[in-house]
Amino acid sequence: MTNPRCAFDASPSRGRRQRTGRAGSAASAWVLATILLPAYAGEGRTPLPVLEAATAGTQCVEPADVMRRNHMRFLKHQRDDTVRAGVRGAKYSLRACVDCHASQKTASVAKVETNFCVSCHSYAAVRIDCFECHSSRPQAVAQQASK
Amino acid sequence: MKTDPAAPLAESKPRRRGFLGVAAAGMAGVALAPGIRLIEIAQAATVSAGASPKVRWGMLIDTTRCAEGCTDCVDACNTENGIAPATRSTDPQWIRKIEIKEVKTGRSASVPVMCQHCAEPPCVDVCPTGASFKRADGIVLVDRHSCIGCRYCVMACPYKARSFVHEPLADQKPDVPRGKGCVESCTLCVHRIDRGDKTTACAEACAKAGHGAIVFGDLNDPASEISQRIRAATSTQLRADLHLDPGVRYQGL
Repeated sequence: MTNPRCAFDASPSRGRRQRTGRAGSAASAWVLATILLPAYAGEGRTPLPVLEAATAGTQCVEPADVMRRNHMRFLKHQRDDTVRAGVRGAKYSLRACVDCHASQKTASVAKVETNFCVSCHSYAAVRIDCFECHSSRPQAVAQQASK
Repeated sequence: MKTDPAAPLAESKPRRRGFLGVAAAGMAGVALAPGIRLIEIAQAATVSAGASPKVRWGMLIDTTRCAEGCTDCVDACNTENGIAPATRSTDPQWIRKIEIKEVKTGRSASVPVMCQHCAEPPCVDVCPTGASFKRADGIVLVDRHSCIGCRYCVMACPYKARSFVHEPLADQKPDVPRGKGCVESCTLCVHRIDRGDKTTACAEACAKAGHGAIVFGDLNDPASEISQRIRAATSTQLRADLHLDPGVRYQGL
């Protein structure tokens, strides 16, 4: 994975390579490659999100690719059930995300750029408000800190 | 399927998914990914039923037992909900201790006042976004996801129960998300109620201090302590003339 644009299956460069392949022109492919590849793969571009591993021995509620696409939908659905109807302990929960994915170093999912949530969201230029109200630290850490 | 966040993001799994689909069809779901099944069952078992409309949570505050100058309920509330003690009049406070005195007789009383969890809450009536709402079990809350911080509810509440968070917050309690730009008030320790606790932080602290001035319970359950107490002794609702039917009642005012 040398190309940062591949990160979320958008992969424009892969698409372009296929199109030039179909055209069957080796020369044009070479020209495009020389023009495009340094622009995408060159240094100084936005660094790829480096995901910190979840707590060892934990199991996510969905496969990683499902979570990457749909975590926001799961959480949004669950938040209404929890806040409005008082349903707790359901399958999807922001707190459960934090409990497993908090960084070993900062004990947070959103404290520094490399932490789990922020690393992807800063790469995708999506600002999340979750942790302006929600605790970004696992329950156990937060309890220890308040003691 | 193990979650491996370190795996390359672009990794596609059509083959594995396809295989699983075929496997599921072939085995009719008998032995498909036992780990996942077990986890789903384990997680499903802990899902709470949610707020029940058969319940009406409320509190009885016995002002004859409430000690003047005691702030145990306020402190417990602050600790439970991660609220910094108020230093300015604009700081959020979920419980206020009010000292009242009848001029003619000189009789004084100390009264904690918090969100009264009205059956007809004016804060809900005025909320332009539907963020202010009443749960099925009578607890009046703010959904911070839709609160725009207009503070109409602060104006509408006759009990001055609601506060606005002016400053950015950090290190909130995982159970109690709070943040700048939203209105908030007493939640009757909704996170405790939902996990099955039978009391609130303030009632617990008051009992621990030996006053026992705050009784929390289900007003709809005739056998509950609060129902028996309000049946036995006179209690009043604050500003009963407004017909808001608060869930918090006061004895000995």
